[in-house]
Amino acid sequence: MMLDGKIPAGPLTEKWTQYKSTMPLVAPNNKRNIEIIVVGTGLAGAAAAASLGELGYAVKCFTFHDSPRRAHSIAAQGGINAAKNYRNDGDSTWRLFYDTIKGGDYRAREGNVYRLAEVSASIIDQAVAQGVPFAREYGGLLENRSFGGVQVSRTFYARGQTGQQLLIGAYQSLSRQIALGSVEMYNRHEMLDVVIVDGKARGIIARNLVSGKLERFGAHAVVLATGGYGNVFYLSTNAMNCNVTAAWRAVRRGAYMANPCFTQIHPTCIPQYGDYQSKLTLMSESLRNDGRVWVPKKKEDAQAIREGRKKATDIAEADRDYFLERRYPAFGNLVPRDVASRAAKVACDEGLGVVPTGLGVFLDFASAIERYGKSKANSIGEHHADHQRIIQLGEQVVEEKYGNLFEMYEKITGENPYKMPMKIYPAVHYTMGGLWVDYNLETNVPGLFAAGECNFSDHGANRLGASALMQGLADGYFVLPYTIGTFLANDIRTPKFDTNRDEFAAAEKDVHARLDSLLGVQGTQSVESFHRRLGKIMWDYCGMSRTAEGLTKARTMIRELRESFYKDVFVPGTANEYNPELEKAHRVADFLEMGELMVVDALDRNESCGGHFREEYQTPEGEADRDDDNYAYVSAWEYKGWGEDPILHKEPLIFNDVHPSKRSYK
Amino acid sequence: MQTMKLTLKIWRQSGPNEKGRFETYPVEANEHMSFLEMLDVLNETLINERKTPVAFEHDCREGICGTCNLVINGQPHGPNGGTTTCQLHMRHFKDGDTIVIEPFRARAFPVIRDLVVDRNALDRIIQAGGYVSVNTGQAQDANAIPIEKDIASHAFDAAACISCGACIAACPNASAMLFVSAKVSHLALLPQGKVEARKRVQAMVKQMDEEGFGMCSNITACEAECPKEISVENIARMNREYLSSVIGTEVQA
Repeated sequence: MMLDGKIPAGPLTEKWTQYKSTMPLVAPNNKRNIEIIVVGTGLAGAAAAASLGELGYAVKCFTFHDSPRRAHSIAAQGGINAAKNYRNDGDSTWRLFYDTIKGGDYRAREGNVYRLAEVSASIIDQAVAQGVPFAREYGGLLENRSFGGVQVSRTFYARGQTGQQLLIGAYQSLSRQIALGSVEMYNRHEMLDVVIVDGKARGIIARNLVSGKLERFGAHAVVLATGGYGNVFYLSTNAMNCNVTAAWRAVRRGAYMANPCFTQIHPTCIPQYGDYQSKLTLMSESLRNDGRVWVPKKKEDAQAIREGRKKATDIAEADRDYFLERRYPAFGNLVPRDVASRAAKVACDEGLGVVPTGLGVFLDFASAIERYGKSKANSIGEHHADHQRIIQLGEQVVEEKYGNLFEMYEKITGENPYKMPMKIYPAVHYTMGGLWVDYNLETNVPGLFAAGECNFSDHGANRLGASALMQGLADGYFVLPYTIGTFLANDIRTPKFDTNRDEFAAAEKDVHARLDSLLGVQGTQSVESFHRRLGKIMWDYCGMSRTAEGLTKARTMIRELRESFYKDVFVPGTANEYNPELEKAHRVADFLEMGELMVVDALDRNESCGGHFREEYQTPEGEADRDDDNYAYVSAWEYKGWGEDPILHKEPLIFNDVHPSKRSYK
Repeated sequence: MQTMKLTLKIWRQSGPNEKGRFETYPVEANEHMSFLEMLDVLNETLINERKTPVAFEHDCREGICGTCNLVINGQPHGPNGGTTTCQLHMRHFKDGDTIVIEPFRARAFPVIRDLVVDRNALDRIIQAGGYVSVNTGQAQDANAIPIEKDIASHAFDAAACISCGACIAACPNASAMLFVSAKVSHLALLPQGKVEARKRVQAMVKQMDEEGFGMCSNITACEAECPKEISVENIARMNREYLSSVIGTEVQA
């Protein structure tokens, strides 16, 4: 089957405007009778639920958290991109579009990405109107900074807590709709299945996490805004409870999973240091504006640092290799994430790592502190300030910019990053892949929509920094509330769905059976131990670099692990109570299936692009070797049953307005 | 790596209407672990012994989502200032220590299980008025209203609240004044939120009282224990906002 992305006709720059003006609408009196389920309350889900409630639809919104404000969007640090061109530095909708398409290594749809760039400016307006306290200059206007992979400053930020402030904005809008009664909020409810009636998504089965009871909810359409699947790697920067279950259950009911092997490894995370470790912590990409990444040139120095015999500051300037500046002079430390991560891996693979495990490089702020210190001293008339004073002033400036990040680093590592360079290493951070959706954000299952990180739509094979917040909010505020009407306009005569129907009963029965089977194993190994092992397989064979041989091996290993899971897992407690171990068990069960699909996808894609680096396909300089002749398509995988091979559907990517070129940051 | 042998006294309670009690558990930790990783180790041990693991809430483990909420040796989020439970590391404890772990206690926070409490009262206070009434699409250009840097920065300081409830757990009266005043301040300081400020403060205070939170008696333990170091100046600002709103409008609380 050829997939239809339903990109509207017309010139790229006019598509969205024309489409919006001609798409079918639902009249206000009908909206009241139409129910929409929104699962997830991160940026995409909260924004969508609030906006749909404002439009007059009857919305039911679900989160497994105790409050909608806990969703993991809250942890995003660095910022949000928007083509405002407030800096007068040559930014435009076109440039944001182009940077995003190029940054994604030409594996995203032109139409979707252009729309994203187009609505980006409205997001900033909306957020400011909600009271989001973005950083400002002394003149009272909004401040910007630059991020990886671009040469303009278009990133708006709120200290190192941009995601938190944007989510609180969306949460407050959602709270207002809850108070007005247009959104019914269900906290501590986890979606465990989609209900399909006559081929359309018409409801969900959710587990009340406090009582353990399964509950049925009907609606005219279902929106999944349930985030990414980075936790398949066990160790990632995702929150502990992030999971693929909602999306994977949709796949089991017929939705296609697109580009699952496109995962983002973020270059600047605090390195791993123990087997008990439960997660990895991101240090915002914004730090690369001022931090310089380096390793010692000599292996002896690296070894001495690993063994604690030398410190970073003992290494002379001439003995340091600022490898990003050396390899990519045009972008330097601000190359995109995939490029920076791989370069760090190469340095560590050569034996130049600077932490005891060998997997870590320096992120050094000494030059920035000195530069800012001098400039600050001049600005306050201290033209003859001594070195100590300059460093003091410089540290103050750096604290203003990144204070909370430096504090977080110190809390975790016990080291003071103002005095000693940070140590960082790449870690799993984001998943570009996700449920396949068309231009309307509708999956191939009619009435089932996916928004935010949950879908695959805009970032291709690599996401640029500060673009996740942009996409989540674009989908939630400015795209989905319109496009969902294309489906619902045909449903104005459809009455509310009676959840006593057979389809609901059958889905609930399936979920019961699944939970009972997990509880029934009564084996000897904890859920956590399986998750850890799965994560290790994924990281070793489907992480920063991949080979056909490794992936083939990984597929077998995952299948064996899955078999052993269903034979020997131990889940304490019962299904009819508050039971976090049971929640974890069904999430890990789904990860064990999703992991295999990622490996299958990585094996199919015989090229290197963005975050997907196949060692067999690289240029002599070690850069990704993309193959547009054979792989310029979206891989959309159809689930065919337990143990069966999934079926690949290809959506060709057609570039009319940009010419895919070799992606160079040199 | 320094291994430490610790004794944990943990509050166990199987449900909201069940009687709770302290249970004692030995655990081995090391100084690099986070506090929650130490509890992970305990739970892994309990599961391997086929016992019921300790229920506690956590999510981001980066100090920003506000989910984790433990009272450690009598202090919400433990001994370190400006730190959430998930960001507390074991290097702040020593070999042989006994650590007492309890849930955030308040009448408005019923226990769900063990260390997990229901904090929905905080959501309902925000629903009462903790927002700007602007629909999607109604906004003007973001730079249309300049806001003085210092004012924006003050608003940010208040907006940094993570809604964990430590201020309430720390207060002998279980007052929610710091939480409510942080939101009132965040929005009242900004021109976008100023328009509804009078109505907002009355509605939020009314909801706070209905939820069963106690009165403020200026003890300021809330500020001392707040992991985001939200200032009690916000309470003063809210009191001013509230007084002037009650005196100055026909909308009575």
